[in-house]
Amino acid sequence: MAKQAVKKSPESKEQLEAYYREMLFIRHFEEKSNVAYRLGKIGGYMHTYIGMEALATGWLHSIQKGHDYVITAYRDHAHALILGTDPVAVFAELMGRKGGTAGGKGGSMHIFDPHNGFFGGWGIVGGHIPLGAGLAFAAKYRQEDRVVLNFLGDGAANQGVVFETLNMAGLYDLPCIFIIENNEFAMGTRLEYHAADPELWKRGIPFGIKSERIDGMDVIQMKKDAQRIVDWVRENKKPYFVEVMCYRFAGHGAADNDRQLYRTKEEEAENMKRDPIARLKSYLLANKMVTEEVLEAIDAEELERVEKIYADADAQPAPDPDEVYDNIYSDMKPDLGH
Amino acid sequence: MANSIEMTYREALTKSMQEEMDKNADVFLMGEDIGRYQGTFKVTRGLVEKYGARDNDFNPRVVDTPITEAGFAGIATGAAMAGLRPIVEFMTMSFSILALDQIINHTAKIHYMSNGVVKCPIVFRGPGGAAKQLSAQHSHSMEGWFAHVPGLKVVAPATPADAYGMLKTAVEDDNPVIFYENPGLYSIKGMVPDDPHYYVPFGKAVIAKEGKDISLIGYSRMTHVNLAAAELLAKDGIDAEVVDVRSLLPLDTETIFASVAKTHRALVSYDDWRSGGFGAEIAARISEECFDDLDSPVGRVGGLNVPMPYARNLELLCIPDENDVVKAVRKLL
Repeated sequence: MAKQAVKKSPESKEQLEAYYREMLFIRHFEEKSNVAYRLGKIGGYMHTYIGMEALATGWLHSIQKGHDYVITAYRDHAHALILGTDPVAVFAELMGRKGGTAGGKGGSMHIFDPHNGFFGGWGIVGGHIPLGAGLAFAAKYRQEDRVVLNFLGDGAANQGVVFETLNMAGLYDLPCIFIIENNEFAMGTRLEYHAADPELWKRGIPFGIKSERIDGMDVIQMKKDAQRIVDWVRENKKPYFVEVMCYRFAGHGAADNDRQLYRTKEEEAENMKRDPIARLKSYLLANKMVTEEVLEAIDAEELERVEKIYADADAQPAPDPDEVYDNIYSDMKPDLGH
Repeated sequence: MANSIEMTYREALTKSMQEEMDKNADVFLMGEDIGRYQGTFKVTRGLVEKYGARDNDFNPRVVDTPITEAGFAGIATGAAMAGLRPIVEFMTMSFSILALDQIINHTAKIHYMSNGVVKCPIVFRGPGGAAKQLSAQHSHSMEGWFAHVPGLKVVAPATPADAYGMLKTAVEDDNPVIFYENPGLYSIKGMVPDDPHYYVPFGKAVIAKEGKDISLIGYSRMTHVNLAAAELLAKDGIDAEVVDVRSLLPLDTETIFASVAKTHRALVSYDDWRSGGFGAEIAARISEECFDDLDSPVGRVGGLNVPMPYARNLELLCIPDENDVVKAVRKLL
């Protein structure tokens, strides 16, 4: 299970402060998106990353941004934001606006930003896992030193195509890191009720893939483990399978209004003690690396930044009706009309 | 004009792929038993030797896969997202059913969902339709299913020259292409231009035989069936025009409608199950757009609406032939 936080981080004070700022930014961004959803500004399905911020932060600071490839499922806002996607474009996409990352055609689940190495943003549970391995295949094919972070949820770990992909990743030695963001719930079904063996990390072993389970609630430890694994994969040009334990503080999606159907308030309260942001805050204060006032100022700045992002995104128009036919193909339109 | 060489449909495909692989190092093949085994229908014959293994047993240009259609369709799609140009072989199009989530929900939608920032240049090719006594699970015509999906292009060449030139166009297209090969065509021979740059455009139907009394509209194997039917009809003084559609998506309605405007009658034929097959779409378009030109309702000939039976006599009953076409024509005249 979860390892203890390291006594003293190898990371600089500035770096830790940056992680703190980034995780708070994601938290505020996601909370604002929940508000926008309740206001009817965002529709459809939307899944926030609240509670899991340390995980993406640790991993995405362990790669070469823009060089390495990243792909994930529909809980994808944080990955895009950390990789450097314009946050206004991300929020505009959530609201289906013209200036969104996909011009309002993708929505919350389909954020793409290949210039920053981000290949989506996918809605079919487990369906993008072979695509991630395919990105790794391309890196191997071209004899590049890229690695791929291929994120999936614990629910996706049961999909057949994930096992097919693990077999091929092992067979072809693809430089792909399969990262299970195990937040303990496949929508409303608890890990123990959906996995014959809840130790999902073992599922890489039959395919000859180095596999382990680590904690994802402490950003310092997360970064350390992620860096170790990314470096190993880049060096050895082989796949890796990691189960990262975390907890989804929010519901599955914005439409999940009754979490008590599948977990108790007591359980939630207990798990929220593991809040990665509070944890880093305690660490910074305990080690006298930064004062309470500085952290509060960061909080206020990020909150204000998110408000500005929201306002800028909300000022954007909806897509033009004639854009509906754009980009189905690179060079033609389909037959027009109803 | 380049010289032409006589070769089979199968040889035309092999030559086309090899030339595209030589032209562009990003082009590679992936599929079950396409390497060491040379392909179930031998379309990839000789290619694994030509492009040798690089490290250990890994041959990046001719990739033998496990029997795992969804997995390799997805891996090839991911590779295409990164800029490679995979040609994926399905041992038969019937097996593409296992990969439909990848192809329909992922491959076909990447470009639109990313609003054009991600391209997916990939070809899925393989035999579709009945071969000989392969029975219910190995005889699917999948082209109509795929031609239903925005984001895919679907082509079904009938001749060795078109197979050669359309596969080149498919490989160089920046969009996902379904390349449908009827297994009954692999051994037919024809003249093929000896020109590595012979590209046959998509969305252009051709008149395989001119006529004035009725338009027989089909693609792939049915073009040959329609030509045979036209010969039978000629004996009775009926001059049928044969339209080889070649490309289902995009569909060249201009050529089809012009033919109907000339002959005033249309019969659409296809191997797929009659009900809901792609020919029904062609028939609907003609009915919508050519109503004033038509002297009779648009006719259709399709496969029988049953899972393909094994017994040879029953199988032949299910697959439309020239006699079925002739019978349908007589009803329209």
